[in-house]
Amino acid sequence: MADRTAERNRGILRDGLGTAWPICLGYIPIGLALGVLAQKAGLGPLETALMSTLVFAGGSQFIAVAMIKSGAALVAIVATTFMVNLRHALMSSALALPLKGVSRRFLALFAYGVTDESFAVNMAKFRAGGWDRWRALVVNHAANLTWIVSTVAGAWVGEFIPAGAFGIDYALTAMFICLLVFQLRSRFYAIVAAFSGLVATALYVTIPGNSHIVIAAVTAATAGYAMRRSRAARGAL
Amino acid sequence: MDFRIYLAIIAGMAFATYLPRMLPLVALSNRRIPPWLADWLDLIPAAILGALLAPGLFAGETRAFELGRPELIAALPTFVVALKSRSLGLTVVAGMFCYWLAGKVV
Repeated sequence: MADRTAERNRGILRDGLGTAWPICLGYIPIGLALGVLAQKAGLGPLETALMSTLVFAGGSQFIAVAMIKSGAALVAIVATTFMVNLRHALMSSALALPLKGVSRRFLALFAYGVTDESFAVNMAKFRAGGWDRWRALVVNHAANLTWIVSTVAGAWVGEFIPAGAFGIDYALTAMFICLLVFQLRSRFYAIVAAFSGLVATALYVTIPGNSHIVIAAVTAATAGYAMRRSRAARGAL
Repeated sequence: MDFRIYLAIIAGMAFATYLPRMLPLVALSNRRIPPWLADWLDLIPAAILGALLAPGLFAGETRAFELGRPELIAALPTFVVALKSRSLGLTVVAGMFCYWLAGKVV
């Protein structure tokens, strides 16, 4: 029995890590860059490790480091972090579908690792089948560990690494392109994604901040939903 | 910076990032989700990915719309690789190569 459990756990770990590596690869240059900036803002490896462990949010950490450097107030930093990360509420809502009926304790742990990247990878995997919450949890934590190690490494050695080496800065963009392809199950989803991208880009070049992601995604999903409803209504006639 | 102030800042940030990740998941996963909400949430992954990707392809950190950035040029072959291979790993490696190449040419 113990052998079978160990065998099963190895399978979970192998599948999880085998899926997480593109995320990890993409996190390394960003984490190093954050570590370098944190060091320049007067934060050492310990402070950087604490932030990456407790906060685990790339975009917000970059902004927070810049705000700390410029001497911004605590309330302003926390409020900005909240706004930048509000998009995760949408992802967490969508993840409730495949994680239906799971215990609260598991969800509380799982929620810690919900990022743009782990969300998109896990949703694609859940849809494809042969995926479960434990494998998804391995993806979350492998990404988290890579992030912590990369940011701390950046605080130590980041300055010695040339910027833009091997096109690695493009790793996450390429990953998102592939994950988007996985989501394009019909022309309808492609229209929703394209519309969302259009709205996001239009907002991005006109208004400051990061609200463009949430506004665009909600607008496009709602428009898509309305389109589907009206189509269904016409079909019923 | 005073370490205690720093701790207070990251504690605040920890709450600000954890709550949006945790509350919807816990609130929705042990409840019957109405069909309209499930239909709407079904569109969220495609919509989010479109919104995450497009601004980086069509506008850089200067937030000015621009066609022909290396990010966009590399995206086209990367997209084709993703469509044909349906492999995350291969797409990431191919994308990095295309981006590196686009940076040399542009």
